[in-house]
Amino acid sequence: MKEIDELQLPEDLGYTDEHEWAKVTGDTIRIGVTDYAQDQLGDIVFVELPAVGDSFEKGDECGTLESVKAVSELYLPMSGEVVAVNTDLEDSPELLNQDPYTNWILEIKPANSDEYQELLSASAYLELLKG
Amino acid sequence: MNKTPGTSGLILDEPLLWEKGKPGRHAMSIPSSDVPAAPMDESLLGAEVDFPDLSEVDVVRHYTRLSQWNFGVDTGMYPLGSCTMKYNPKINEKHAATPAFAAAHPMLGDTHIQGVLQIMYELQHFLAEITGLDAVSLQPAAGAHGELTGMLIFHKYHTSHNSRRSKILIPDTAHGTNPASAALCGYKAIPVKSNARGMLDKNDVAALMDEDTAGIMLTNPNTLGLFEQQIREIADIVHAKGGLVYGDGANMNAVLGVVDAKKCGIDVLHLNLHKTFSTPHGGGGPGAGPVCVTKDLEQFLPVPRAVKEGDTYRLMTDQSQSIGRVHGFHGNFGVLIRAYSYILSMGAKGLNMASQLAVLNANYIRAHLKDTFHLAYETPCMHECVFSDKNQHDYKVSTLDIAKRLIDYGFHPPTIYFPLVVPGAIMIEPTETECKDDLDQFIATMKRIAHEAEHQPELLHNAPSRCKVKRLDEVTAARCPCLIGTAQADD
Repeated sequence: MKEIDELQLPEDLGYTDEHEWAKVTGDTIRIGVTDYAQDQLGDIVFVELPAVGDSFEKGDECGTLESVKAVSELYLPMSGEVVAVNTDLEDSPELLNQDPYTNWILEIKPANSDEYQELLSASAYLELLKG
Repeated sequence: MNKTPGTSGLILDEPLLWEKGKPGRHAMSIPSSDVPAAPMDESLLGAEVDFPDLSEVDVVRHYTRLSQWNFGVDTGMYPLGSCTMKYNPKINEKHAATPAFAAAHPMLGDTHIQGVLQIMYELQHFLAEITGLDAVSLQPAAGAHGELTGMLIFHKYHTSHNSRRSKILIPDTAHGTNPASAALCGYKAIPVKSNARGMLDKNDVAALMDEDTAGIMLTNPNTLGLFEQQIREIADIVHAKGGLVYGDGANMNAVLGVVDAKKCGIDVLHLNLHKTFSTPHGGGGPGAGPVCVTKDLEQFLPVPRAVKEGDTYRLMTDQSQSIGRVHGFHGNFGVLIRAYSYILSMGAKGLNMASQLAVLNANYIRAHLKDTFHLAYETPCMHECVFSDKNQHDYKVSTLDIAKRLIDYGFHPPTIYFPLVVPGAIMIEPTETECKDDLDQFIATMKRIAHEAEHQPELLHNAPSRCKVKRLDEVTAARCPCLIGTAQADD
């Protein structure tokens, strides 16, 4: 497993204490899991995605990631409606291990864009990981 | 260190059945049919089934060899946390094999199977007495089946009080099947975080418990092997809002004759006969997960139940408020009779002693390994102790590597990566049936593995190296599972 200082934590993302990231892409927000999350989970073997059109509140469980170690829930960092899911992950869940930032999981139309400001910065998230 | 068990010897290779047979081989001669041939409805026909032609000795040798690659409680220590892999005394098998029981047809009328019904009736009473609860159904076939039965009882109870509730509280130290069982019954699982001591805090429960919440599902002792000390206060909080308390009794082996579930405020509890009461466990074979309830909930129990009227026993099905049937006929009776045999052979004092020794054994391991492996929580444990791989991170050795290396030394690995609240968890439950010599050997092996992790980590990364099948590619197995045997299978 990676040391904390080996983790990739891009500056232009918002992070959650449940190890998801959110990225503003125009009017929508892309959601994925962090390098720390994929490293802790180990080899991801299955990704369960929500349906396009589903709406969730911030913090709601919106999918699951299954690795050889365990099954983990995916929590939505911001409220909104799912407008796209990354269907590549259905056949190639390992993409999340290979590059957890290029390989987003789902895209939402946020119900409240201000919620983005409540997310952790890369440095705040790093502090959280250092405990 | 003494020579470790089961680590050397002849390993016979064995091909797939499809690679063994020859067309025309068969196990026995069956009489030629005297039923005239009749045309087959074409719509019922499917592709031909690819079964190999084999003789009886082909089949017997095949499965005997496969069984020799297996590992069970009859082969060695099996410290699989939260699974209570205790030794299953052979007297249980003797009683279960008695032809009067083993050959009794499930459709025989009550008058012809008074002995079977008497055993069911008495077992219901034993389990009620052991848990402190009032009434018991022996029907559920496994722990998770008992959980689902419990959730259906919750639902029926609330419906009978004209209440519709949508949520259920589930601590992060509860058994992994709990949220699934609740969800299957239509409840939304609301997680409750345990505190820094690995326990539930009554204030956290109070903050989440409301009148849309059907109750709480907790495991006590919890999956960290710790006894929930605020259980009674937590039950009172849940009851005050009209909710019910479900106790997952999977860890009952720690508290037989020590804890009264009813006095703890538990309304529904399932037991795993295949854990606590020494019936065979695992391999997909049948288990039994009886559900015990308070007097108020008895009316909702599944049917049928064994009842006694005068001097005769009968299977009672007329119970208007019952949630219905959850299993056919008498439940998994072959399992019930083994548990009954165990309870009678142990007696009340023996069962209580079993729990005391189970707790002592776990604490013995905990005390001897706490300076070698990182201990997740400092609190003295019940029947299982949870370590992690934190001390081994520097050597790039993980819990999986440690678990695999144990196989090389003839031990079954403990439960790993569970509970989820402990990253890299190593959850060890020795049970009371391991003697001190075996515990000492396990402890010495774990210390040796920790030493190897530091000085020869490749031994762990490549483990297991001494058994029939080496390190499996678990990733490919999960991503591209091969679930059927066929003659064309790639080797």
